[in-house]
Amino acid sequence: MRRLLPLSALMLICHSSLAATAYVSNEKDNTISVIDLATQTVTETLEVGMRPRGLLLSHDNKLLYICASDSDRVQVMDLSNHSIIKELASGDDPEQFALHPNNKWLYISNEDDALVTVVDVESNVVMAQIDVGVEPEGMAVSPDGKWAVNTSETTNMLHWIDTASNELVHNTLVDQRPRHVEFSKDSKRLWASAEIGGTVTIIDVDQREILKTMTFEIKGIHPDKIQPVGIKLTDDGRYAFVALGPANHIAVVDAKTWEILDYLLVGRRVWHMAFTPDQKTLISTNGVSGDVSLIDIDSLKVTKSIKVGRYPWGVVVTP
Amino acid sequence: MRILLFLIGLSCASVSYAVTASTANLDIAIAYLAYQPAPRPLLSNVIPEPTDAGLRGAELALVDNNSTGRFLKQSYSLSSHSSDNAETLLAMAQQQHAAGVRLFVVNAPQAILQQLANHLPDSLWFNAGSADDELRQSACLTNVLHTLPSNAMLTDALAQFMALRQWQKWLLIVGQAPEDIAYATALRRSAKRFGLKIVAEKTWDFSSDQRRSASAEMPLFTQSKEYDVVVVADKAGDFGEYLPYNTWLARPVIGTQGLTPVGWHKTIETYGAAQLQKRFEKHAGRWMNSVDFAAWIAVRSIASAVTKLNNADPTAIRELALSEQLPIDGFKGRKLSFRPWSGQLRQPIALVHPRALVSTSPQEGYLHPHNEMDSLGFDQAETTCHLSDKAL
Repeated sequence: MRRLLPLSALMLICHSSLAATAYVSNEKDNTISVIDLATQTVTETLEVGMRPRGLLLSHDNKLLYICASDSDRVQVMDLSNHSIIKELASGDDPEQFALHPNNKWLYISNEDDALVTVVDVESNVVMAQIDVGVEPEGMAVSPDGKWAVNTSETTNMLHWIDTASNELVHNTLVDQRPRHVEFSKDSKRLWASAEIGGTVTIIDVDQREILKTMTFEIKGIHPDKIQPVGIKLTDDGRYAFVALGPANHIAVVDAKTWEILDYLLVGRRVWHMAFTPDQKTLISTNGVSGDVSLIDIDSLKVTKSIKVGRYPWGVVVTP
Repeated sequence: MRILLFLIGLSCASVSYAVTASTANLDIAIAYLAYQPAPRPLLSNVIPEPTDAGLRGAELALVDNNSTGRFLKQSYSLSSHSSDNAETLLAMAQQQHAAGVRLFVVNAPQAILQQLANHLPDSLWFNAGSADDELRQSACLTNVLHTLPSNAMLTDALAQFMALRQWQKWLLIVGQAPEDIAYATALRRSAKRFGLKIVAEKTWDFSSDQRRSASAEMPLFTQSKEYDVVVVADKAGDFGEYLPYNTWLARPVIGTQGLTPVGWHKTIETYGAAQLQKRFEKHAGRWMNSVDFAAWIAVRSIASAVTKLNNADPTAIRELALSEQLPIDGFKGRKLSFRPWSGQLRQPIALVHPRALVSTSPQEGYLHPHNEMDSLGFDQAETTCHLSDKAL
């Protein structure tokens, strides 16, 4: 009986993320690590195309889309059997992408060609290619489906694409090297990180006006090393998490007041993040240290790091 | 109703667009000048250096500038001029100046750069070709910004790494060319600065072809008191390539050959560098080197400044550059900026061997009250130049 107790306690702790599975792209291994979040172990390592970076799930969680940057393609994996079932006409060097709420239109950044390619994932037909700035990178589609926003790292702009016409209708100049954009769940706010500028810009979507430019400060870390990359917003509108790259920390921001609440120490060069479906756990990819960190959102504590492949970059979680 | 809404949306877009972009078109002309003498004969001539180093970098930056510029109504143009004669080069610069050009990128040795900059004092010059320390240290050219790292920055980067590895005893071998002697001066300064010891120093004045006799001559030549590394100053690559594996003691070679400090190299790939490398290779059909990078970032710096200023006035660009308020993205993992006292672009320095990146300086632990990158090269207190106090 005494032995049983700790076991049941352990099961309780794990229960929140039980059965959830994380998929992590390893940029330098051409693989995807599959992590069982109940046991917090890597259960499988899947071979994929060259230099896998951006990952995303179909809205029914059945398919995994993989940007295999150096293979110049987007691969589609059937998650029921982990087989690649399709390769999409993605344009050269796809890095990040975003799927329209209709589950059909995939917006892809083609980093080498200064283009955004829109592909219909069902028919595998290129619907449009849109000229944007140099080195397009971050990509997001608003939850209401109206906007696709792309960031260009060398042009330092956010490019607003009207999804009804697939035309570029507006540009917003932000700080150096914008890397990632994230819409709030209500589609009213857009958060954009600028890696070299060291800032996160919060934009009102309707007016396309900058509301706030945030900077970060961590004791003992030179400001130049604070380089915001990935951003994640909780669905309840409470928190924003900002991965700070070589500062090896994630900033916790109050998503309403924009006040910085805490900095969480994770692995080296933290890139991107994903929530578990219950939004109780955040997972970050730490490129240089080759691991992922698990963060408990209730307590805002880093609870575990798990070794994956070389240079983990993207991460998604299925229930 | 739907049409009406769309129209409102559109008008909002154009109004806020006007905030971020200038209303009038801005044409920015840049001239690239290269001094190209006939190459001197080298013993190690198997792999030739590209003859268009610098120009290809400037050209790529122009493409980058214009891709961004079309969203901001900026249009950049680049004219390229080269000569093996300093006077001809000056005449070309004057001709460009007469045509209205006030922004120049130069790939030339110190003396020629100085002559050009002095003759056209109302123009802003970017030095992408000379690593000379005197230019930054005592010449104090008011109208010049340096994007190529100085010798002192390179050798400090190397010395920091040596101090970290505790490879403290150096055998220094110096070629006879003026640039070798200047590099050796920088090495001696760096050794002293980071507590390293030059146990012996030799000048290379042999004239035989090392491709035949390196194994016979280099071991004897490197006989000396116990040393941890052989440090070589041979910028043109005359004899230094034959030092590795031919030293009397089983020691690594560093300096201009072996482990080399550089402003840019093929093996730099993190922090988005892989994308720049790919764009460059597509454009030039070869790898990007330090001079290409210096010219590239010079032309990119102009665009960063023009975007901030909304004009291309050389005085304003210079002032902004020297104010530390012009952050520059150089794909080197941190925000780069110009030093207000010397106009030198502060930047991390890569330590490479031909096929790999070994380390990047400043090394962890070399702290600096203002900016760790200022632990490389001449710091504010060590210079007589105070460019930001002077007007163009």
